[in-house]
Amino acid sequence: MKRTRWSPYLAGALLGVLSWITFATMHKALGVSTTPVRIVSGVERAIAPQAAAENAYVTKYAGTAQEPKPIIEWQFALVAMLAPGAFIGAKFFGNEQRDPEYVPELWSKRFGPSRALRYTGALIGGAILIYGARMAGGCTSGHALSGGMQLSISGWIFMAAFFIAGVPTALFLYGTERTPTNTSAQADTDKGAH
Amino acid sequence: MNTLTLASAWIDSPSKLILGALTGLAFGFLLQRGSVTRFSTIVDQLRLKDFTVLKVMLTAIVVGGIGIYAMRAFGMDIPLHIKGTKVLGVVLGGGIFGIGMAILGYCPGTVIAAVGDGSRHAWFGILGMFVGAIAYTQTYPLIKDPILSKGDLGKITLASELGWPPLLVFVPLGLGAIVFFLTLKKWDRSSGTLDW
Repeated sequence: MKRTRWSPYLAGALLGVLSWITFATMHKALGVSTTPVRIVSGVERAIAPQAAAENAYVTKYAGTAQEPKPIIEWQFALVAMLAPGAFIGAKFFGNEQRDPEYVPELWSKRFGPSRALRYTGALIGGAILIYGARMAGGCTSGHALSGGMQLSISGWIFMAAFFIAGVPTALFLYGTERTPTNTSAQADTDKGAH
Repeated sequence: MNTLTLASAWIDSPSKLILGALTGLAFGFLLQRGSVTRFSTIVDQLRLKDFTVLKVMLTAIVVGGIGIYAMRAFGMDIPLHIKGTKVLGVVLGGGIFGIGMAILGYCPGTVIAAVGDGSRHAWFGILGMFVGAIAYTQTYPLIKDPILSKGDLGKITLASELGWPPLLVFVPLGLGAIVFFLTLKKWDRSSGTLDW
């Protein structure tokens, strides 16, 4: 009996251990969603320094043209290496052969196989996602994981809020039918496991 | 401005970048191994069909938190990074985030990691995040007073509000997580999904 994915408890526990390391040796908490606004702020600082200097949010992350803050920093490097890390996991640790996913099956069952429609949906979803993350002051990494483990009340409120809004939205968008087995996590396990 | 100061306006010290890069590599790897780089895993968590996301998150929270607070209890110099609780911003922002997560099928970290796991549509999610980042920085002055400054309770934690030592909070939290996981195991078996 061979499993190609790890137990979620093992992956989760190791994410906890990774946090010990970043807290203790780097004095940092895992986070992701600041990086997009930091990049955008850095670009604004470069192309419209006057407007950038007047926006307190932009100066918070990018500083000003006179007193700039680095844009390519610890979290930027973290974000840049997420995809290579996942690639290593998929390529060398997952035995399953996965085709590239253009339109997820759950999506195409509801909205059809159009790639353009799915890409538009992903773009709109990504925009909404980061707008909400910045309004809340963090995302699943910074608020839920890092905040949750520090027992920060903002992290726990954030988790409750995104589930309360996300569950009805997902049920409305994708319905309540069972996931087709070939795309669900079940496909990642050996059939003999059942 | 000479080249050195120009570079420092954009790029932090190499040691910090290397540490960040190694962290990201491990982070992305673990997200993939936990299967949360899959659209179906995230959407099925929100549809309450597959609890992988919560299993990963709650285990990371309990293991991570016990370790961090235990190291502090042993006198190690480990600064905390607690975000202030600004109630209206967190509730409204968290709600908007949940809607975006349902449409995209990923969160900000997993959408980037998903690109390395073969998701092509995730690229458009990343593009969308930059659109959202531009929208947020430009509308920040408008929402600052009516939303972001409402209900600011400061940097409060479950420990500070209960008046407990932080490690003690992990007793009910850890036990609660275990009971929740055992309940899920039973439910997973009876519904014929993953038998973790």
